[in-house]
Amino acid sequence: MTERSRLKRLAVAVSTQPPMENTAPNPLIDVRGLHVRFGKQQVLRDVSLQIPQGQTLVLIGESGCGKTVLLKSIIGLIYPTQGDIVFDGNSMSQLKDRELTQQRIRFGFVFQNAALFDSMTVAQNVAFPLKQHRQHSDAEIHEIVMGRLREVGLPDNVVRKKPAELSGGMRKRVGLARALALSPEVMLYDEPTTGLDPIMTDVINELIIRTRERYPVTSVVVTHDMRTVRRVADRVVMLYPLNRLTKTEPQVLYDNQAEHLEKHDDERVRQFVRGEAGARLQEMQRETYVE
Amino acid sequence: MSSNFNTANSAGNGGLLARASRGIEDSIADLGSLSLEWVAGFGSIAIFFWRMLGWLFTRRPRMETLLPSFYQVGVLSLPVVALTGTFIGMVLAVQSYAQFRGLGLETRMGAVINMALFRELGPVLAATMLAGRVGSAMAAELGTMRVTEQIDALASMGSNPLHYLVVPRFLACLLLIPALTIMAVFMGVVGGFFYSTYFLDIDTFHYLDNSRKFVGAYDLFIGVFKSLFFGMTIAVLSCYRGFHCRPGAEGVGQAATAAFVHSFVAIIVLDLFLGILLDEIHQMIWPNAVSLL
Repeated sequence: MTERSRLKRLAVAVSTQPPMENTAPNPLIDVRGLHVRFGKQQVLRDVSLQIPQGQTLVLIGESGCGKTVLLKSIIGLIYPTQGDIVFDGNSMSQLKDRELTQQRIRFGFVFQNAALFDSMTVAQNVAFPLKQHRQHSDAEIHEIVMGRLREVGLPDNVVRKKPAELSGGMRKRVGLARALALSPEVMLYDEPTTGLDPIMTDVINELIIRTRERYPVTSVVVTHDMRTVRRVADRVVMLYPLNRLTKTEPQVLYDNQAEHLEKHDDERVRQFVRGEAGARLQEMQRETYVE
Repeated sequence: MSSNFNTANSAGNGGLLARASRGIEDSIADLGSLSLEWVAGFGSIAIFFWRMLGWLFTRRPRMETLLPSFYQVGVLSLPVVALTGTFIGMVLAVQSYAQFRGLGLETRMGAVINMALFRELGPVLAATMLAGRVGSAMAAELGTMRVTEQIDALASMGSNPLHYLVVPRFLACLLLIPALTIMAVFMGVVGGFFYSTYFLDIDTFHYLDNSRKFVGAYDLFIGVFKSLFFGMTIAVLSCYRGFHCRPGAEGVGQAATAAFVHSFVAIIVLDLFLGILLDEIHQMIWPNAVSLL
């Protein structure tokens, strides 16, 4: 039984049960009371999550609620103001530059706009982590690069192209191939389907599922797209923007399987899932007027 | 009526005083906040430099990152440095001729032009060209990489951006600016000599003889020594600006402009203090050195 089908069965088994406990005995990623502040603006407040090995967690929430900040904090690209991220027993904020570098090799990060190096060709982009961290010959690297590109459905003739010559969907797939180059243990996806047409969105969703079936990866996916949530999530966490919360309300509004999203008690969760603005426009206009 | 007028007048004076004192308080607060920003900025640059040095001395940069930086800083800067150096030498000849002719000391122009080029104009000119041509480009390139998350991507793949992006640029500026300075000086000397002897009809033998008498190896050392500091400053400030670029096209533009302006100001300030220091050293070593006049 694949990891994917095992988790699906588990999800079906617990779908009639009370909401998931957000604690796991030995989580691979343990977010402990995370606070992140940029100057005067607080983005994350006391966020705690435990992500067990093999799980695909999807982070949803409105723009500006801190999803990407949480994702970047997990890999140590953003340092928390308070709290900690513990990855496989290592506190990410306590690690020195070199140790952090060693831990980051265990992650693959797919950026929102792919973040491909525009001075390099597609092949050079995918080969980059291999050249930096593996002692492979050029022929071996070429073989791995071609393999990864085929896995994400890119033709052989793209290898010599520069990122600027590719479409958005192709760039995302090259970003995915590059993130997979070192066979990471954890995949982090930052809005992998944003800006793509429905077909390409489904292709990316399929690739996320296939990646999980092919490699025993733990995944964290940041998205607004409910199709992606329904297709790939084992667990969904919804964050809410701090400026719309009172000081005592928790920032995590929802932490459970995707199936329960639409029936959740909280009106704000249901609104997000259905994509209903409600009286939001009037609120915004009122705020603008007050300002 | 009179009493009312006095009350209103005193209240008006009180209001004026309160406004004035609030204005002074605000000015002091602004000054304090500006000073704090400056100190924090210097601290941040110092930490950036220190961390970069840590990577420089503990892990050798890869040749594939060094060569493009060396090419960009050295090879591509050479023509513009040579051209400006030549013209600066000729301009010096034009400007000093009338003064020296009045004193009947035209043949001493070689000494003045060459000393100015060796000690000041050569290194400052090469550094200014480098800051304008390479510093701004480095800030814009790194700024774009920051804005498009390429620096984050580099870090997420286990490469340290300071080691991969800053160390090669720093080494290229540090190691190649002496060569650019020597080129600027050489072309300036040639330009000054050519203009003085060909257009101003100054005697070649005496022009060269005076140059040889008054300009020596220490003057060249001063220029090259200063240039090392200029190169380091340009690389660190430009890379720092690129790394701390604000989002958007405007942020990248500001980073490129700030890289040049800050580098240029730093070059001029450093030039003064290094000039004083090196002159003191010269006085200590050669207290009876010959003077121009």
